[in-house]
Amino acid sequence: MPPRSCALCNKARAILKRPKTGQQICRECFFWVFETEVHNTITEAALFKPGDKVAIGASGGKDSTVLAYVMKTLNDRYNYGLELFLLSIDEGITGYRDDSLETVKRNQQQYDMPLKILSYDELYGWTMDAIVSQIGKKNNCTFCGVFRRQALDRGASALHVDHIVTGHNADDIAETVLMNIMRGDIARLGRCTLICTQGEDTIKRSKPFKYAYEKEIVMYAYFKKLDYFSTECIYSPDAYRGHARAFLKDLEAARPSAIIDIIHSGEAFEVTEVIKATQKVQQTCKRCGYMSSNYLCKACTLLEGLERGGASPSVVGLLVTTASELPFNGLSLQTNRMQGKLDAVLISADNMRTIPLFQTPSTLRPPMSTFKEQLSSSTQSQVIIDPIHLSTLA
Amino acid sequence: MSATSSPAISLKVEFGGGLELLFSNERSHTVTIPARAPSPAGADTDVHPPGGGGRPADIAFLIAWLRANLLQERAELFEENGTVRPGILVLVNDTDWELEGEGEYVLKDGDEIVFISTLHGG
Ligand SMILES: [Zn+2]
Ligand SMILES: [Zn+2]
Repeated sequence: MPPRSCALCNKARAILKRPKTGQQICRECFFWVFETEVHNTITEAALFKPGDKVAIGASGGKDSTVLAYVMKTLNDRYNYGLELFLLSIDEGITGYRDDSLETVKRNQQQYDMPLKILSYDELYGWTMDAIVSQIGKKNNCTFCGVFRRQALDRGASALHVDHIVTGHNADDIAETVLMNIMRGDIARLGRCTLICTQGEDTIKRSKPFKYAYEKEIVMYAYFKKLDYFSTECIYSPDAYRGHARAFLKDLEAARPSAIIDIIHSGEAFEVTEVIKATQKVQQTCKRCGYMSSNYLCKACTLLEGLERGGASPSVVGLLVTTASELPFNGLSLQTNRMQGKLDAVLISADNMRTIPLFQTPSTLRPPMSTFKEQLSSSTQSQVIIDPIHLSTLA
Repeated sequence: MSATSSPAISLKVEFGGGLELLFSNERSHTVTIPARAPSPAGADTDVHPPGGGGRPADIAFLIAWLRANLLQERAELFEENGTVRPGILVLVNDTDWELEGEGEYVLKDGDEIVFISTLHGG
């Protein structure tokens, strides 16, 4: 086959077929279009304003490593005026996270960005190794997901940043759309495609790689020789997500536009008023002050189960929802039987390790009086259980 | 004609993105494979027709050969239906194999083939 020239510059030899467009492009044009598309995503969604302090959620993996590199490149090239930080969560997984954190530490040097590492151990008093040794490998991804989300917010708060960007790419979002469809979680379906989410007093989270294909992210890392870590978590990966991913990759092999098409499908779903009405009102956790849709936030609830040690798996199971999305707004269902079980768990916390009080960044912090009132007012607790998870727990 | 006198080609093969874990945790390998593959594609890789029969060795043959000769564990994470599992990127001399005919690319002595998994966490 004769060498093909680049569809964009018509000069250099093409080295990549773009999955989005089928165009054959050269190395330099690839770097340029990849970066420019991310820049366009950022500017069209007006994600940042000059002076913003932005933390990049950095795991040491391909997506966040490429994100850190591209954010630095664009911030310099287009004078975004952002102050960039790397924020990493140390889940305490020997032989996995300790190695990937070494990658993040090298990125800190290479990209010249301040790095904050927050560990489950310092925040919750539990490493994932300790959690798995207590509860086994069945629900550990749920603990990890709930703990990571809150840890990221707390790390961002400690850095006084207003915004966390994560490396979620188009493939990840399409996969989440598929999973929400398969679970019948219509309320979450539209929200999972949003480029930027912000709760009442939470830190903004956005996904500058929303339209970036995984293939291009990996190719970008390869051609730029970026240093990333790629080993599966040693504790059981999310099998359901794995199946969704394999299915998506099969679809993509047949038709590369499938990924963007699925994202558009998710965006096209409209959440009706009926479904919105069943979503839970946001409040703050009565123990740690973190955003919660129940009396206790999910992290405090899970932590309480761990601290008690004896909490029966069924009770922990009842409180387990999906790891990936907080606050929890799924379709809801209440039963008296579960209320009884939850009451049994929500007894005095005096002798347990708990999570320090959550501080939102100063710019977003509500008046302290409001918060104290919320703490002192005894709000009736309700159990809201995702019907889908009920069936998986049965 | 004996098997030892069959023409062979030498290739540099690299694994990344976690795939190296299936290949003795080594990223870089130098392999020598028969210059001709049994024909048609997908036939038993241990049978090399004498006298230069079969088809010239292509990447589809290399994938089958790697699975049979170099892969140490969990073959299903590497090969599926005679090609790489969806989600594995392949480069031929630093070019996307989708521009080179994918599995039908005919290998030359000294070629560098890179396999990168995109399936590991980001
Ligand atoms: Zn070009
Ligand atoms: Zn809490």
